[in-house]
Amino acid sequence: MSARSGSVEGAGGLAIFAEGLVRRFGDNVAVDGVDLKVAVSEIYGFLGPNGAGKTTTIRMLATLLRPDSGTARIFGHDVVREADEVRSRVSLTGQFASIDEDLTGLENLVLIARLLGHSRAQSRARASELLDAFGLSEAANRQVKNYSGGMQRRLDIAASIVVTPDLIFLDEPTAGLDPRSRNQVWDIVRALAAGGTTVLLTTQYLDEADQLADRIAVIDHGKVIAEGTPGELKASVGSGALHVRLRDYENRPEAERLLSQALGVPMLLESDPAALSARVSDPERVAHALAELARSGVAVTDFALGQPSLDEVFLALTGRPAENDDAEDEEDAA
Amino acid sequence: MTTPTTSAQPIREEALRSALSSRARPPRPNALSASLTFGWRALLKIKHVPEQLFDVTAFPIMFTLMFTYLFGGALAGSTGEYLQFLLPGILVQTVVFITMYTGMGLNTDITKGVFDRFRSLPIWRPATIVGALLGDAARYSMASAMVVVLGLVLGFRPAGGLIGVLLSVALLLAFSFSLSWIWTAIGLILRTPNSVMMASFLVLFPLTFASNIFVDPQTMPAWLQAIVGANPITHLVTAVRGLMHGTVTGGQIGWVLLMSGVLVAVFAPLTMYLYSKKK
Repeated sequence: MSARSGSVEGAGGLAIFAEGLVRRFGDNVAVDGVDLKVAVSEIYGFLGPNGAGKTTTIRMLATLLRPDSGTARIFGHDVVREADEVRSRVSLTGQFASIDEDLTGLENLVLIARLLGHSRAQSRARASELLDAFGLSEAANRQVKNYSGGMQRRLDIAASIVVTPDLIFLDEPTAGLDPRSRNQVWDIVRALAAGGTTVLLTTQYLDEADQLADRIAVIDHGKVIAEGTPGELKASVGSGALHVRLRDYENRPEAERLLSQALGVPMLLESDPAALSARVSDPERVAHALAELARSGVAVTDFALGQPSLDEVFLALTGRPAENDDAEDEEDAA
Repeated sequence: MTTPTTSAQPIREEALRSALSSRARPPRPNALSASLTFGWRALLKIKHVPEQLFDVTAFPIMFTLMFTYLFGGALAGSTGEYLQFLLPGILVQTVVFITMYTGMGLNTDITKGVFDRFRSLPIWRPATIVGALLGDAARYSMASAMVVVLGLVLGFRPAGGLIGVLLSVALLLAFSFSLSWIWTAIGLILRTPNSVMMASFLVLFPLTFASNIFVDPQTMPAWLQAIVGANPITHLVTAVRGLMHGTVTGGQIGWVLLMSGVLVAVFAPLTMYLYSKKK
C-alpha cells in the first residue's frame, strides 16, 4: 500500500469522484446526474440492465467521452482537463474485445507494451510473463481470431495490465462466457484488487456483483437508484426470494393471506395464476409459513427459496421489472 | 492454417500475482516512437493478412495491361507509344486509389473496439493515424514498384532515368500521404467500412477519369478541358510524367507540394478533431 500513498491527491483518498455526470445522445439522456465515490483499492460494482447508462458512465470516466455536464476526477485529476494524467493511471477493458484479431496474442501485448514506453526487450519479456500468467503461452503465436471467447477476454484483460494500472474499468467482463471462463475472470479481478488496483466493473448479474464487489451501485435509466455493500443492498430487498406454486390456483387468495401473515411481507402475484412469491430474509419464517399452508390444506406443488435476482432487486427498488433498453447500445455502435 | 482453440491452460495465480506486483511505469514514448509502433502494427497486418495486398499487386497489373493493349493502338497509334504516355498516369491512379484503404482500416478499428484501447492510452494522439499512414506508405511503394517494373518489362523507357522515376514515386507518395487525411476524416464520420469505401469511390472515380491520366485533354471539348485543368490529379500526373520523362518544371512540382500542404493543413486537424470527439 505504501507505494500507492502518493497517488491519492485532492479528492480525499478517492480513486473516483464524480458529481452530477450527465451525457445525452440526441434526445436520449443516457446518464442523468450520476454521483460516485470509489475508494482506492476497492472493487466497485455497477449493476444494471442494458441501456441503463453503465457503459456511457465508464467511457466518461475513462476520458473516451466528454460529459455534457458534471465533473469527474480520477485520483484527483479532472477527466476533461487532465485527460492525459488520467489515461496514464487507468486502463479500460471494453465490452467488445479491444484487441487486434489479425495479430497474435504475443504481438498484441508487445504492441501495447511498446506504446506504453517499454523497450523492445522489456516488451517481449512483459508480454511473455502475462501470457504465462493468463495461461495463454501455448497460444502466444496464434492469431487472436482463432482464440475462444474466454481466451480473448483474458488476453483483453492482460492487455489492460501490461503496465499495472492504478484503476481498471471492466465493462461486463464476463458477458457471454461459460461458467468456467467466468470463474477465471473472477480470479483475475480478485488478484488485481489484492495487488492494490482499484476495480470498477459493470455487470448485469447481481450474483457477480455480490461475489466480487465491496460496494455496488444500482443504475437505471441513467441514475444511481441504490448504493451500498452487497449486504446492505440485499437487506433492502430481502436476502432471498420465496417462490410458491399451488396445485389449485383458486387457493391463491387464501395462500396470499396466510403467507403474508406468516412472513410479515406482502406477497407478489405472478403472471402464472397458481404462483406467488415474496422477498424474505429469514429461512426459518419460510419454513413456518409453508407449514401454515399445509395446516390449512392449501396444497403446494413446488416451492423454491433463492437469492433475489436482478429482476427482483429492480422490482424492489423501482417498483417495476428491469427492462433492457437498447438505446445505449445503439449509441455505442454509432 | 491454425485451427481454432477451444481449451486454454488454467490461470497461474502465482505468476499472475507476480506479474501484477510490478508497477513500474516506463517513460512515455515520444511521438515518433509511438507512430513507428503503429506502423509496425500495419506491417504485421500485411504479414498476417497477405490477401489485402491484392489491391496493390493484381489491380495495377490488370489496369496497365488492359489500358495499354485495349486502347493503346486506338489512342496513340501503337501500344508502345501509348505506354510512354500512360504509365506515369496509371501509376498515379493505382496509388491514389489505394489511399482509400486508410479510411477503411481506421473505420474497421473503430467498429472492432481496438480503437477504444488506443484512445485510452497516454500517447501522442495522432500516432494511431500517422502510424497507419506510414504502414500504407509501404503499400504504396509496393504498388509503385509493381507498376514501374511491369512498365519496364512492357517497353516503357523513362527519359528521366532512375533518378527521375524515384523522384516521381517520392512525389506521388508525398501527395498520397496528404490525400489520405481526407479518408481518415471520412473514416471517422461514416458508420461502416463499406460506406467509407463507397464514399471514396464517389470522389476518386471522377477525379481519376476526368484527368489527363488516359488521354491528352487537347481532344476534349472546351468545358471538359476546363474541368480537367482544375483537377488536382491532372497537376499530379503532369508532374509525375514530367519527372519520369525529364521534362518537369519547378512550377509543376511546386503545385503538387502546395496541394499536399493544403490537404494536410485542412484535413489533419479535422481528422484529429473528429478523433477526439468520437464517442
